[in-house]
Amino acid sequence: MMFFISWRVMHREKQNKMSPFLSFVRKEFYHIFRDKTTTAILLALPVLMLMLFGYAITTEVKNSRVAVYDPSNDLFTRAVIEKLNASEYFTVVKMLKTSDEINEQFRKGEVKMVIAFSEKCYQNMLHTGTAQVALIVDGTDPNSSKAVVGYASAILAQQQQDMFQFTNIPFQVQPEIKLLYNPTMKGAYNFVPGVMGMILMLICAMMTSISIAKEKEMGTMEVLLVSPVKPSHIILAKTIPYFVLSLINLSTILLISVFILGVPVAGSLFWLLMLSLVYILVNLSLGLVISSVVDNQQTALLISGMVLMLPVIMLSGMMFPVENMPVFFQWISQVIPAKWYIIGVKKIMIKGLGFEAILPQLSVLLGMAILLIGVSIKKFRYRLE
Amino acid sequence: MISCSAIRKNYGKIPALNNISFEVQKGEIFGLIGPDGAGKTTFFRILTTLILADEGSATVNGYDVVRSYESVRKCVGYMPGRFSLYQDLTVAENLEFFATVFNTSIQENYDLIRDIYQQIEPFKHRRAGKLSGGMKQKLALSCALIHKPTVLFLDEPTTGVDPVSRKEFWGMLKRLQHQGITILVSTPYMDEAGLCDRIALIQRGSFLSIDTPAGIVAGFRKRLFSVHSQSMSQLLKDLRGLAFVESCYAFGDSHHITLKEQANTITSESIQLQLHQMGHQHVVVREIQAGIEDCFMELSNQ
Repeated sequence: MMFFISWRVMHREKQNKMSPFLSFVRKEFYHIFRDKTTTAILLALPVLMLMLFGYAITTEVKNSRVAVYDPSNDLFTRAVIEKLNASEYFTVVKMLKTSDEINEQFRKGEVKMVIAFSEKCYQNMLHTGTAQVALIVDGTDPNSSKAVVGYASAILAQQQQDMFQFTNIPFQVQPEIKLLYNPTMKGAYNFVPGVMGMILMLICAMMTSISIAKEKEMGTMEVLLVSPVKPSHIILAKTIPYFVLSLINLSTILLISVFILGVPVAGSLFWLLMLSLVYILVNLSLGLVISSVVDNQQTALLISGMVLMLPVIMLSGMMFPVENMPVFFQWISQVIPAKWYIIGVKKIMIKGLGFEAILPQLSVLLGMAILLIGVSIKKFRYRLE
Repeated sequence: MISCSAIRKNYGKIPALNNISFEVQKGEIFGLIGPDGAGKTTFFRILTTLILADEGSATVNGYDVVRSYESVRKCVGYMPGRFSLYQDLTVAENLEFFATVFNTSIQENYDLIRDIYQQIEPFKHRRAGKLSGGMKQKLALSCALIHKPTVLFLDEPTTGVDPVSRKEFWGMLKRLQHQGITILVSTPYMDEAGLCDRIALIQRGSFLSIDTPAGIVAGFRKRLFSVHSQSMSQLLKDLRGLAFVESCYAFGDSHHITLKEQANTITSESIQLQLHQMGHQHVVVREIQAGIEDCFMELSNQ
């Protein structure tokens, strides 16, 4: 009977009283949602970044200004020029009279590309089976120039096929591609995995470390430490809201990339999510490690900005290919979680590869997560100094 | 309830606490009285397990503050001097949060905080950041008291609070004391010292004296006069120049002077006469009983 009563009392108390931990988590959510500006930025950032990157990629190379040097002026070259003009990618702005004018055009910055045909193109094709066409491109912006070259080559190939499809002779137009200003241009990146890597890190590592640093700065950490609440619960409660927030962002990014940018998830969505979860875990614990060494928000921001963001942008392969870097930086890039994540995401999303393919990335990230969680537990200070 | 022996703490080469030993009995209100920078906060942090002393040991409620810090944290309540609330939470949310953190609820201990909390209750849905300074402090006090700890540490809880609220606050402390809670409270206000059961006067990291307020006052053996005249700043200079005056301090609207031991013949009339001769107008001299502040000044001079 006594037992029953005490059970009833305990049960009732449980219903009335929120557990300290849940109360903590709720408090963290209040902090986030009441700071409307930050929340809006955090939620809109992936949309903004994807739109920015996406917009740049899809429209910048449209209507490129093209000059043509055409000494042949025959059936083939006229058809190519017509096709270029008709496509949405090019506008032929000038016909050049001499080959000397080509360089002048670039110096004036008036055109993105010059197409220079050899003499007697059509004749040569009929007789020798080959013809020379030079695509001279302003390589200042590597990504757009690569796209321009691609479009132009496609148009040349298309025209060649249209003209000679009924003949058996394998005629070949050989486009000779020459990039001005940036001859060693490297391949275009895919920005969706990059944006994913960056946003998740921003939310998890940066925001977590800042929110813990804030408690220290405001002096509330002192009170929380001298309370029955376990320090690990304080920390755990801090990470949960940002975990939720990063899941929201992850789904935003995927939805936008699939439905608006038309980048489908070629491989397994399940493994993509698993990879992302491990990556989120890595960054949350990274945020905790940072917060254990800083005492105020500004330092936390600075450290996560300098030590996390910059290498991610520069060294993760998101902007610049890792293979192109000096060996020293290649070594550094090995310890950047975002690099492994971005590679893994590309494999699943773009290449459509399965679990076996991302096994190395997944295990590296998992190892990093375990290591960082260990460090953050060990480094966590349950005193003030 | 609280006991510590030979506590020493340095910040670099600067000593913050110097050989502190004392005991606080169960159910006692013990006051730490001293100016800013005396080491009060450092002392509180050592006792609340937040920092480690360089030397010495301390126990709270029988638990060692280093080895059994988790047990200490379960039974104490602590309100730091720069206690800040969550500015983006409302008054009620702050209070509720701190209640749940300490495994209790507002309803359970409402009677402890009623007097002070009632004053801010009309604003309970306002964000703490939008409260006035005094109201913030009242809310902070309510938050510190909402859990009924065995030992309560209050680091300058009344700094920046209006006199009426300070009085109410001390009323609350007395009520907590009747419930068996041991309270260690620090304050720069000497008038609050008289409300403690026992006090320790602390300066530059050392305890000058530990006694009941009455005991400390009784320990003041010198003759003390309060002096007032029309030009107080000139008066302070002149008094310090007098041969029989040992010390002279400004105390609000009058100056307090102590006399050298050999000056037995001096009376308030003779001081008054001498000051008149020096050109002071409307001179009022009275021999008075020492207060805590006089004792503090006296002790810190030694």
